[in-house]
Amino acid sequence: MTSADLRIGIDVGGTNTDAVVLDGSKEPVARTKVPTTLDITGGINHALREVLSAPAVRAERIGHVMVGTTHATNAVLQRRGLRRVAAIRIGAPSSTCIRPMFGWPDDLHRVISAGGRIVAGGMELDGGEIVPFDADAVARFCGEVAGTAEAVAVTSVFAPVSPAHEQLAAEVIQRELGDIPISLSHEVGSLGLLERENATILNAALGRVAANIIEAIEEALDAHDLGHAVPFFAQNDGTLMSLAFTERTPVLTIGSGPANSLRGAAFLSGQENALVADVGGTSTDIGALMTSFPRESAFGVEVGGVRTNFRMPDLVSIAIGGGTVVREGDRGAALVGPDSVGYQLDRDALVFGGDVATLSDAAVAAGRAEMGGAPPPAHAGDLLGAALAEADRQMADAIDRIKVTRGDLPLIAVGGGSVLIPDRVPGVTEVIRPAHYDVANAIGAAIGTVSGQIDRIYAVGYGERSRAKAVETARQAAIDNAVSAGADAGAVKIVEIDEIPLAYLREPAVRLRVKAAGPLSKV
Amino acid sequence: MLLDETTLPYYARGAAILGAGGGGSTRSGLLAALQAVQELGPVEVVSLDDVPDDALILPTAGLGSPDITLEKIGNPQQGVWLRDAMERELGRPAYAWMAAEVGGNNALKPVVWAAHTGLPLVDADGMGRAYPEVQMISMHLHGVPATPTVLVDERGHHVVFRDMDAQWLERTARALSVAFGGFSVTVDHSLDGATARTATVRGSVSRAVRIGEILSDTSLGDTVDRLAPLGGHVLVTGKIAEVNRRTVGGFARGNVLVDGVAGDRDRLVRVEIQNENLAVLEEGEVLASVPDVITALDSQTGEVIFTEELRYGQRVTLVALPAPDMWRTEAGLALVGPRAFDYDFDYIPVEELVARRKESVS
Repeated sequence: MTSADLRIGIDVGGTNTDAVVLDGSKEPVARTKVPTTLDITGGINHALREVLSAPAVRAERIGHVMVGTTHATNAVLQRRGLRRVAAIRIGAPSSTCIRPMFGWPDDLHRVISAGGRIVAGGMELDGGEIVPFDADAVARFCGEVAGTAEAVAVTSVFAPVSPAHEQLAAEVIQRELGDIPISLSHEVGSLGLLERENATILNAALGRVAANIIEAIEEALDAHDLGHAVPFFAQNDGTLMSLAFTERTPVLTIGSGPANSLRGAAFLSGQENALVADVGGTSTDIGALMTSFPRESAFGVEVGGVRTNFRMPDLVSIAIGGGTVVREGDRGAALVGPDSVGYQLDRDALVFGGDVATLSDAAVAAGRAEMGGAPPPAHAGDLLGAALAEADRQMADAIDRIKVTRGDLPLIAVGGGSVLIPDRVPGVTEVIRPAHYDVANAIGAAIGTVSGQIDRIYAVGYGERSRAKAVETARQAAIDNAVSAGADAGAVKIVEIDEIPLAYLREPAVRLRVKAAGPLSKV
Repeated sequence: MLLDETTLPYYARGAAILGAGGGGSTRSGLLAALQAVQELGPVEVVSLDDVPDDALILPTAGLGSPDITLEKIGNPQQGVWLRDAMERELGRPAYAWMAAEVGGNNALKPVVWAAHTGLPLVDADGMGRAYPEVQMISMHLHGVPATPTVLVDERGHHVVFRDMDAQWLERTARALSVAFGGFSVTVDHSLDGATARTATVRGSVSRAVRIGEILSDTSLGDTVDRLAPLGGHVLVTGKIAEVNRRTVGGFARGNVLVDGVAGDRDRLVRVEIQNENLAVLEEGEVLASVPDVITALDSQTGEVIFTEELRYGQRVTLVALPAPDMWRTEAGLALVGPRAFDYDFDYIPVEELVARRKESVS
């Protein structure tokens, strides 16, 4: 029997589903790009069939399958397949002036809400109780929502400091409602009560979607004789999580696509600190790598009209892609997008014999790319030239926006449309175009490391020793989280540590955000 | 005028702009106010002209660490407790609420209190913007005593402070606020209607609503055109080239460099920050300074960028609005002028600086 030395990475995008097979030295040995299907799983099956038919690939050699998917994002955006959630906030009397889900878009509220209740409890910043937890109120609320709620989301004040009241609530809910799925906020988000509560409610609502994806992946694996392979899901920090983790925190798959591209770009180029432009058919996402991981956004992110605070890659997105439509405006000015011919580029673009001028035509006319067969008509030359100049300007502008300091950095160009990017870009030391650039996202999923993160507040007293002890405790907790998520205990490293001192408190405290990551442990 | 579901978003927007980069995000405050008026009906805003001479007005604000309010978003009952304690202390009924500070999140709390107590809000405040220090309030300028002051935590514990000046109040109230868990709400510098007519910044609430309305109405042209009826000016449109920040004595200090773009190309402008945006300088010349209101807007969305959110690469439009007249007097400037913040130059009104600049350019 041969060893399971291969791994498959799959990235489900809005237009294409990409798949790659990497060998033991992480060299791509098979790759494909197929259209994403409406049911998503159709595209995944198609991609699996393609890569498994490559001569070097045999199903029994596949050890792991890593999947980055937009299932959860789409479910929230389309308000489909979501569970009805009973939202419990442990926050009286400190946090009662805004009720759970207040201000949500009406249609999402209607689909998700099985009611909300604010009960007594919650913690102070120093870990003491604001007031005792009111278990009876939770039990009463459970009685009211029994039969309508399909999941429960629990959010306690300062749960990132101490989750004790959330854990007590979980016990009460289990006693009252049996094995109903429960999401606890300290497992989902960081500081910011309303945003963390929103993320926790969305997480609870996504439970069925998660179960369905997991079932679909397991079926797809069985159908392709991959029942022995261990599946993982990509999460929005560019690392992987096990099926058990995905089931608990499906909301963390939202935003995994751009994170995969960034990770793939880092791997393919060997760069640790660089900018990344992922150019697709309709849009470009520009992000930044810090020690090979996506830099995270410092601000809250809206998902389906709801403000959340979970970590997402910091991105600047612009409507510039290979299929972006070019038109003539007033006085010969070029109008670029924002519409795109999308996946019909190879039918509609001028270079493919179609009748729509696109940025791909402009790139061919400027000698940046070769595609199609028909040269772009000469009379369109001025327009295409002006359009490309405008696209370059927008691209340079967006690249500058993602930087956090002055100074030039390398730019890694990935994605099918990255031929649009010129070789010289203002503020960029060099443009790196790695091999396999067009499937960087699937490669990003496939190379996946497993991470563990903590975001907690520690009272640190007045001595350097107690601060050092807090940091050590936090580092160990992050490493333990990574190992329990499936990382190789011998190879886990701290990849990010962020220490924020907090003001105006009885005793000095720091907020520590620590992330550990490591390769998958051997199966 | 009424504050309701239509006008509150404008009010919050205007309050964010009057925060001059400080005062804290109005996002959660707006949600709380919207829920309060949805459940209890709109809040009436009364002109000080219509307030009886002896009517008791309660100026209110939050006190504590903004990190705490990320989690402890507040309890509307606090307004009721504040009113009850103050009425007991003074032995007479309260007539209306007032925002101690119309800039930033402190503008929204009194709306919630008003809805929950059935009292109106007066069209005035103590600053006309946001300021970082306790004594920088119009009532202090006009000799209104800081105490009696009531401080209330979220559980309903309350403490009354008597016979203290603003400095002692700051010292003791902040310590108690920490003891209560990091954030409390207060009524201080309470005053009667007759006094309020001279000792407050009048028209603050309606001005904030108007600012929010005008800056939200895209039919009114670009930012320059929209600011004109408000007496406002665009100082520069550019890109943030550098952010220098440090924390000194509990205050965030630093400066931000803005590189001009488009029509402002080749201009490099420096914004001086101490919690709020305090001054804008270019080649050693002052473009605007406290007490005039200096705010950075996102050039694309028009949203206010608070000082703690400023980052390299952001496209910003720096705008300045004239300060209330009260702060432009000698006594006012002694309290909140550039020299009160240790800058070595005298205050010149922003409209005058803009006019001079236009002259020198043409």
